[in-house]
Formats: sequence, structure tokens, C-alpha cells
Amino acid sequence: MNDTDARKQFLDQLFASGLFIPTGIAGFYGRSAEFESIVEGFSKLVDDFSRADGAERIFFPPLVPRTSLERTSYLESMPHLAGVIHSFRGDDRAHRALLDTVEKGGEWGEFLDMTDLALAPAACYPLYPTCAGTVGEQGRLVDLSAAYVFRCEPSDDPARLQMFRQREIVRIGTPGLVTAWRSLWLERGVELLRGLGLDATVEEAADPFFGRSGRMMAATQRQQKLKFEVQVPICSEQHPTAVTSFNYHREHFGRTFGIRAHDGTEAHTACLGFGVERIALALLKRHGLATRDWPSLVRAQLWS
Amino acid sequence: MAGTNRSELELTEILRRILAERGRLSVPVSDVTDDADLYLAGMTSQSSAAVMLALEDTFEFEFPERMMRREVFESIAAMRGAVTELLGEVDAVSQP
Repeated sequence: MNDTDARKQFLDQLFASGLFIPTGIAGFYGRSAEFESIVEGFSKLVDDFSRADGAERIFFPPLVPRTSLERTSYLESMPHLAGVIHSFRGDDRAHRALLDTVEKGGEWGEFLDMTDLALAPAACYPLYPTCAGTVGEQGRLVDLSAAYVFRCEPSDDPARLQMFRQREIVRIGTPGLVTAWRSLWLERGVELLRGLGLDATVEEAADPFFGRSGRMMAATQRQQKLKFEVQVPICSEQHPTAVTSFNYHREHFGRTFGIRAHDGTEAHTACLGFGVERIALALLKRHGLATRDWPSLVRAQLWS
Repeated sequence: MAGTNRSELELTEILRRILAERGRLSVPVSDVTDDADLYLAGMTSQSSAAVMLALEDTFEFEFPERMMRREVFESIAAMRGAVTELLGEVDAVSQP
């Protein structure tokens, strides 16, 4: 069976079991309480692994200021994944024209205007603008919990959702502090996932940058080892899925948002994101669709 | 414009113009020597990709995957070397 068929089959199984609830839109599904219990249990496990680090906890709705997409050059890198919020700002006449177009099945989007908000493309994005200024000698460590992010890529692959959660932790400070933290989590992240019985490996990776210039950006990102992923087979052994990423941004966000390290230099940042739905799917594939039948060692870690 | 014989000076001028338009350096291009590190001068991986595209449009060639590397664009001298190499390949191909 090829990968596409295997993924479609898995999606059908998820619908049949009630773990995913179809909505008619690819990549947008409801989740059952059992599915969510896996996500919550995993999130608690990340808490257990990271509690001693003493991170600040900050929670954001899944939004960013629209200007963040502009300032971070997201529209240059990944415009095909962006989601920008539009709303109606017209008068009565424009309203009638809008409704007229809707009734005729036309393109009514042209009657909407951009708002100040966009959907968060990654869980760490909302944080950076709020960190403008100089951080302390030990930098900052911020745990953003499991935050929803949006990627405009409808797919029948259950591991490619349009809106999904990243359990996200961010490190801000000097290059030394930030790269040491990332190295620590590269080991920890693999240990955590292997401890749940998943066949996890670490690989160098690149973001899905758009277009021809995107190939250049991906090549240099790989060359500088800015992105590592933990990959786990879900529907394919030959093509495992990235379920966690560790990203070193160098001074990109520090420079963009005026964040300075304690020594006055542009702050470096790094983030790690566990794709919690992908991890839940990997666990379901590995241990079966009924969580009550999972190995007791796995159940104890998630739901003790 | 593709594959024509061009002096090193002409090439450098073209490169400097493209850098000024697309490189997003934090200093004027005239302040940057041929061997200066462009990334230290403010060029990012995004603006280096924009410079790459502009070079492709100007010279009507494509950078092969093996040359999509940070060091190929790290200085004016490095880019001049890469462009010269690719123009040489274009010349070789377009000989009747």
C-alpha cells in the first residue's frame, strides 16, 4: 500500500472509531474525549520533564498581530500557509452588494477587509513582540503550553491538520544560553518519546519555504543546522513524520522585535514544539486505537 | 545579456546594484568592500534568496542545488566567482 492510501485508511479508521469527527473540510476535524485525553496526558508528561527548569508560563489565543507576518517576512517564506483574518467594514450599500454576490455564488471575499489579526503560524510567534527590551543575564525561558496554530494546507493525511497544537517552549538570550538549551532538549525530547514506545529519531530538517527562493532558504537552513526534527513513523516506515521540531532562529526575532541580550547584543532565540496531535496519532498507530489496551508503562506516564 | 563577455568591473557593478536593491544590508553598499562578510553587514537568508533570484533574472541562468549555499553569497567576491562560473557554463552550452 502506498503512503497516500495508508494515510487515507488511517483517517477512515479514526472516523470509524469516533476519535476524529469529520466536518466536510480536509484537515479540520472534531476530536473525541478519548483523543483529547491523550493530548492532555502528553502535555502533562512534558510538564513533568520540564518542571525543574522553572519556565514562565504565558498563554496566548491562536492569533498574532497581522504586522507580525509582515515584520518577520513570513509572507516571503511561507505565504501559502498563512491565514489572515478579514471582516466586513462596509456600509449598507456594500452590504447589499455582498449579500447579492453571496446569493449568486460569487467571490464575496472582495467585500472584506484585512483586520489587525492573523492566525498564529507557530506557537512562539505571539510571544516575541511582547519581549521587546533587554532580558536578564539568564535570558528568558517561556512555556507557551499547547497552543493552536494554523497552516493552510488541506490534506487527507490525518497528521496534516490545518489547525493543530504545538506544545511550545521558547528560550531567549545570548547564543551560548540558547544553543545549550536546544542541545539539552534534543536529547530530552527523544528520551521522552522513546519512553512512550515510539521509534523516534532526530534528523536535520528545513521548513517548507515557498517557491524557488524557498529552496535556497531551505538549503542554508539545513547547512547551518538551524532546524532539527524528531521523526516517528505513523503511516509509513520509509517516510516517518516529524512530530517535534527544535528551531534555532539566531537573531531573526531578536532583531525584528528589538529584543536584546543582557550584554546589549541582539538576543538569539530558539523554540521547541511538540506536535501534540501527531504524537497522539503516532501513539494510536503504535499501541492501537483503544487507549485502555495500551501498555501499562505508557498509560502510567500519561494518566497516572 | 546571457553569456556575453563581461569585465570583472561591470560584473561587480551589477552585483552591487542588486545588493543595494535586494540585499537589505544595514549599511550602504558603497561601504562594503568586495571581500566583506555580507551577513555581518545585515543580509539575511531571506534577502540572500532574493539576491539569488535577482541574479538569475539578470543573467538568465539558474543556480544549481550545489551552489545554493551560504558561502556562495557571503561576499561580493564570492558571488562574482559563482556568477562567472555559471556564465562560463552558459557560454559553453550556447556555442553553436
